[in-house]
Amino acid sequence: MLATLKSRLSDWFIPPRAPETGVIVLVQRRVYILPTRQGLLFAAVLLMMLLGAINYALSLGFVLTFLLTALAFNAMLFTFRNLARLNVTGGRAPAVFAGSSAQFTLNLANPGDHPRHAIGLSLDKRGRTDAQFTDVPAKAAVQISVAVPAVRRGKLYPGRLTLFTRFPLGLYYAWSYVQPAMFCIVYPRPAPPGLPLPSAEAAQGIGASHGQGQEDFAGLRPYHPGDPPRHIAWKAAARGQGLYTKQFTGQAASEIWLAWDQLPPRMDTEEKLSRLTRWVLDADAQRLHYGLRLPDATLPMAGGDAQRERCLEALALHDVADFSRDDE
Amino acid sequence: MNNAAPAISLRNTVWLTAAFVLVAAPHAARLPPWLSVLAGALCVWRVYLARTRLALPARWLLIAIVTASAAAIFLHYRTLFGRDAGVALLVLMISLKLLETRTQRDGMVLAFIGYFLVTTHFFYAQSIPAALYLLACVWLITAAMISLQHTREPAGYRGPLRTSAVMLAQSVPLMVVFFMLFPRVQGPLWGMPSDAFAGISGLSDNMSPGTINKLVLSDEVALRAEFVGAIPLPNKLYWRGPVLMDFDGQTWTTTSRPLYNNIELRRRENPVRYSVTIEPHNRRWLFALDIPSTLPPRASINADYLLQSHTPVTRRMRYDVESHLEYAIGTDRGNIMLRRSLQLPPGYNPRTLALGRELRSRHGDADDSGEAIMNAVLTLFREQKLIYTLEPPLLGRDSVDEFLFDSRQGFCEHFSSAFVVLMRAAGVPARVVTGYLGGEYNPLGNYLIVRQSDAHAWTEVWSEKRGWVRVDPTNSVSPARADSGLAAAIPESALLQRGMMSSKNPLVRQVALTWDSIANQWNQTVLSYNLESQRALLYRAGLDGDTVRTLAVLLIGATIIITLVLAFATLKYRRHAREPVLAAYQKFCDKMARTGMARSEAEGPLDFAARIAHARPEFATTAYEITRLYVSLRYQDSKKNINKNKYLKKLQHSVNTFPA
Repeated sequence: MLATLKSRLSDWFIPPRAPETGVIVLVQRRVYILPTRQGLLFAAVLLMMLLGAINYALSLGFVLTFLLTALAFNAMLFTFRNLARLNVTGGRAPAVFAGSSAQFTLNLANPGDHPRHAIGLSLDKRGRTDAQFTDVPAKAAVQISVAVPAVRRGKLYPGRLTLFTRFPLGLYYAWSYVQPAMFCIVYPRPAPPGLPLPSAEAAQGIGASHGQGQEDFAGLRPYHPGDPPRHIAWKAAARGQGLYTKQFTGQAASEIWLAWDQLPPRMDTEEKLSRLTRWVLDADAQRLHYGLRLPDATLPMAGGDAQRERCLEALALHDVADFSRDDE
Repeated sequence: MNNAAPAISLRNTVWLTAAFVLVAAPHAARLPPWLSVLAGALCVWRVYLARTRLALPARWLLIAIVTASAAAIFLHYRTLFGRDAGVALLVLMISLKLLETRTQRDGMVLAFIGYFLVTTHFFYAQSIPAALYLLACVWLITAAMISLQHTREPAGYRGPLRTSAVMLAQSVPLMVVFFMLFPRVQGPLWGMPSDAFAGISGLSDNMSPGTINKLVLSDEVALRAEFVGAIPLPNKLYWRGPVLMDFDGQTWTTTSRPLYNNIELRRRENPVRYSVTIEPHNRRWLFALDIPSTLPPRASINADYLLQSHTPVTRRMRYDVESHLEYAIGTDRGNIMLRRSLQLPPGYNPRTLALGRELRSRHGDADDSGEAIMNAVLTLFREQKLIYTLEPPLLGRDSVDEFLFDSRQGFCEHFSSAFVVLMRAAGVPARVVTGYLGGEYNPLGNYLIVRQSDAHAWTEVWSEKRGWVRVDPTNSVSPARADSGLAAAIPESALLQRGMMSSKNPLVRQVALTWDSIANQWNQTVLSYNLESQRALLYRAGLDGDTVRTLAVLLIGATIIITLVLAFATLKYRRHAREPVLAAYQKFCDKMARTGMARSEAEGPLDFAARIAHARPEFATTAYEITRLYVSLRYQDSKKNINKNKYLKKLQHSVNTFPA
């Protein structure tokens, strides 16, 4: 109840934003600042020093108290400056399997003349847990990553991230929220290994006409990593035309279809996707050519990393809505 | 809440320990030696543990140390409160806290206590060197705090020191404003520890042989005086202190006398106006030249014409006062003190008493006999060949007898004591007056410095016609004392060691005088700054009325202005020319973007050029040219001696004439 009210209040003060594309500049009105617990303690120490200076009429006690008071004022500006006008861009977020954690990388660029120190990035509002820290030298850019647990398959948005700093004195906490338009593809969690791949026969008849085999030469296509060396068109390579792979038509044991409808109907969607994911991984590990057939999409027969990624992505995005960390 | 507070690194341990050692070092001489050693050992231990990454000691051990040490401190000072014991406890606590400092947060708390420890030094010293030293301490503590906040170890120790210096320097304007405008409430807000002002030297309210000549070895300043107009002659500079009436054969003591709020002088001539800055001596009396004729604020005058402040002088204060160097006091006969100023302890100094009775019978009981006796005694002092010395021999029970007839060596307290005893023995009312005589003129600040070494004792003799008249028996033996000061009167080795001020070397003297004049300015403007000074400041600025409220308004206004200026300077976003090479290339990219070919963040310049050449062949040549120039300007080894300016010009020209 209280938590809800708190979050309502904070939403009212700091309205949630839609994800932003491009360079996010932490303009001054986006940077918030509050004293830390230590800052309040420091204020108490200053008060004690002031009372002491008054009581004992210590002129230099006043000087010191006021110097430190001014220092505390100044520290606020320094802390604020340490974060303000930082340029943030969403970077890479390589795909992961559900159950592991996604790494969202942000580019932090410092257009100013002052190096920025101890910039933290965290999922948490107050930067308390799992914060990652970095320094951004003057006129330079660095990358910083934050890990978000990828629970479900689909597109994972990082949600609202907190960039914060307490530098230089730790008396203030300056923070800013960023929600870069970036996402991470979360592949379905693969089923446990050990189940055999569907047999090649099971795929017969479907798509056979454009299946690839090894018997009749059908043409050349650009080389993909993983193509068997004996299919490379060495003559063309020798002429300096680049690497091509000869394609043949005809059936072969190394070509299989991984199809949704091969799976028993009693399995639910996620189980099926999970099984298919495992098959894709196994087929890829065995360097097979494979195609993937889902109720709403069919990926033609191919091999290699690109095919693997295409298939996994199709499985990840099969019939899901986008979700973000905050939806958990 | 957060248990993931980052652990403290070796470097930060060193920072904090160094800061603590620097702050605590001046206390070391004042603390019990075992505590200094213990604190030092704990520091070494902490750094050792940090270096070897061993675990910090268990809590029970620290509690045991703290309990034992606190008990030892209590035994040493007989209290746990008060200034000295408080400082000892604070030092103990910090050195133990150091051994309990595990996380960044503990480190911050330690730094805060370090700042607090800096304040405790001001109980002992507020001089310029002390201020500079403590500023260095604050600099180091602040640097330690900055170092604590670094999440990656900065290279070297200089970065935090630089940031700390910049931050502190920028804080100075606001500090000055606060210092000047923060309303100075008159303390104390609560009781002071009884030893808060211990160890302050100065005249005491009694005098026995040796009291003053001990004081005379001290070079400390008692007061400084600025005169309106000419400074009186040295032999007129009798700074009146406690008047000692009662003698027990060994010690002269003062009694409390009624206080008045107005001054009546029968005769007043030769007025002199001046302001005195008095060093704290923890007594109530305020020194003025014989005889003050005006009262400073919050002060009265007692029946012995000694100015008395309403509160003990526990801090340096300044007061304006006027004196009349020619005066007549105590001419009314009904003064009951006259009888007291004839009393002598029975059974002491029989030879002196006999001499006094003999003088009385020789001069009869005529009205002016007192004066005749006085002159006879002064003549006697000269004829006895009494020697004025800083190192008189020790005297026994009948100190005056022994001084006058046996040892014949004494300092001013011997002379004045003997003189008064002799006068009283002869039936002439007399008393001892203590204070300071003379002072050193500092031409740089046009003021007079009166030191403890100028402490002096003289006498006053009463006659019906003239009242109390000052007589300085020392003067009849050693006239140089009043005319040229102590150093001229006693050219002894003890005096030469007293400091630079009395050096014979003119250059050294000059340096010493300059330094004292700076110190005086410091005392006047910084250390004595109070609500009174603030009122004067406002008055000069033409702002009358409620001082505190005006100050508060000014303070808030000035704080806002300074903070805004500072904020503007700090946060100003300089849209200044980026590196010209980058700017030119960016312009090229912008031009391309307008044609629909934006360069993406991750695209290298060469790739971009290749893409342009492929998609828009008409730009290919220029794009390649621009890219080549850009790449060579930006990425070429700077040691290769290419003509950068020429390249840059070419690049800018190509970009500007780029058709897209």
